[in-house]
Amino acid sequence: MWDQLADLYATYQSTIAFIGINSLLALSVYTTLSCGQLALGNAGFSAIGAYAAALLTMQAHWPFPLAILAAVAVPAVVAVPLGLPVLRIRGIFLAIATIGFGEVVRLGLVNWDYVNGAQGIVAIPQKTELWMIYLAVAAALFVLARLRGSKWGFALEAIREDEPAARTMGIATTRYKLAMLVLGAALAGLAGGFEAHFTFMVAPNGFGFGRVVDMLVYAVVGGSQIYWGPVVGAAFLTLLPEILREVAPLVGIEPGPLRLLVNGLVLLAVILFLPNGMVSLPRRIAEWRAARVAARSAA
Amino acid sequence: MSPLLALDRVERAFGGVRAVDGAGFAVAPGQVHGLIGPNGAGKTTVINLISGLLAPTAGSIQLGDRPIHGLPPWQVAALGVARTFQNIRLFPDLSARDNVLVGQHLRRTPSLAARMLMLPSARTEEREARERAEALLTRVGLSERVHEHARHLSYGEQRRVEIARALASAPRLLLLDEPTAGMNPVEVQAVAQLIRRVAAEGQSVLLVEHNVRLVMDVCDTITVLCFGKVIAEGAPRTVAEDPAVIAAYLGNPK
Repeated sequence: MWDQLADLYATYQSTIAFIGINSLLALSVYTTLSCGQLALGNAGFSAIGAYAAALLTMQAHWPFPLAILAAVAVPAVVAVPLGLPVLRIRGIFLAIATIGFGEVVRLGLVNWDYVNGAQGIVAIPQKTELWMIYLAVAAALFVLARLRGSKWGFALEAIREDEPAARTMGIATTRYKLAMLVLGAALAGLAGGFEAHFTFMVAPNGFGFGRVVDMLVYAVVGGSQIYWGPVVGAAFLTLLPEILREVAPLVGIEPGPLRLLVNGLVLLAVILFLPNGMVSLPRRIAEWRAARVAARSAA
Repeated sequence: MSPLLALDRVERAFGGVRAVDGAGFAVAPGQVHGLIGPNGAGKTTVINLISGLLAPTAGSIQLGDRPIHGLPPWQVAALGVARTFQNIRLFPDLSARDNVLVGQHLRRTPSLAARMLMLPSARTEEREARERAEALLTRVGLSERVHEHARHLSYGEQRRVEIARALASAPRLLLLDEPTAGMNPVEVQAVAQLIRRVAAEGQSVLLVEHNVRLVMDVCDTITVLCFGKVIAEGAPRTVAEDPAVIAAYLGNPK
């Protein structure tokens, strides 16, 4: 029994780590979504965290815990001067401005010779342990859970539902939005720091536009109305390729294309049938059942 | 007594249209002040100017001895101004009680550390806030609807939740923008009583309203706006008989 579990763990260690890392990234998008802001600069923040931590452990020989703290702090500090101007714009314009920020970070790294440009940093010491990742996920979930239902949690919900009305209640909306952007940047940076010290390498192209779309899809598929939804989405969509790898030979499609197909279908199905994400599935099933019972008793 | 709110030659233009054109009036503490006028007179614009959602293009707005024109809405609210909206702006996916809890934002001073560490002090503060919210909902006659989502409440109920949410900050000045629109006569009576009681407790009310009976019954003073200008001001009876007011509402007799 224990041997089998140990085998399983050895085989899927990387998948288990990435479920945690992707959960942190999904939560980093959720923080701004929780106050109604679609900010998509998180691949950039993650890159800043990853590079900061990698340079500190390799060049400055900092101990890993301090380097991880820097992976949290540096993107959080960068988020303040970015957020002050861009949080004045909203909706799709905020999304575009923050995507622009992410691209600036990526292109900056591509053109920075000190960090080997497009090739990135290699041979980073592997220091990330699974327990660290999951401790971080648990801590993030705990903070978000405690915010919910508090004065600050209600302020965030009020901003999401009607920002001008929230302002007339005395809520300093810009401060709240900035706080959530900073929290999201910190989580994304943390994920980047862990990832760099887990996969031995970081390269700018790992932090492109596609990466932030992945994060957003985790949050949307899992459910962005509740704090643990993004973790469900990240876990499901990170496990999916592993399952499809087993299934692919049975249906006679290459795993790669099959993964893209199924990912697309999952996203489509969630948007059409489960607008509040996978976490709303039990309630939706109950509603469908109730509707069927009602229809039957009517007939 | 020096006024709580004073508008002086306030002007707000939208492009070439002067929605408010040099209007000035003052609201005394503990008074119910009516602001009436034909459609398009600029009443809602005045409310938006006072609450900070709009900035005046000229003139000054004073709350006590502080100028408040140009301040952002959350700072105006922090100085003791609360409002309702003509086109109801509740938080639709929050319950009636949670809407009122948001309204208490400025009154509540919990500690973030206490909340995160789940200390008893945080729990006590939250329970008291919930009880205050439920008491306010009882005051507007909605004790049965506390946990209902705002979007599922009737029109009249939503208006009453908005009043409770505005009162939740314990404001010095309450701005009500057509609080009885869409209400039945029984509900209107209840709102009239509520307004009188709020004023009796020392809070000032600025009431924009089309229901003439209500305005005549509850207001101490009335200001009449027409095309952004003040055309009459005084006690309800005098204003009702003012020829300029009658002309503004009914047109000039030929």
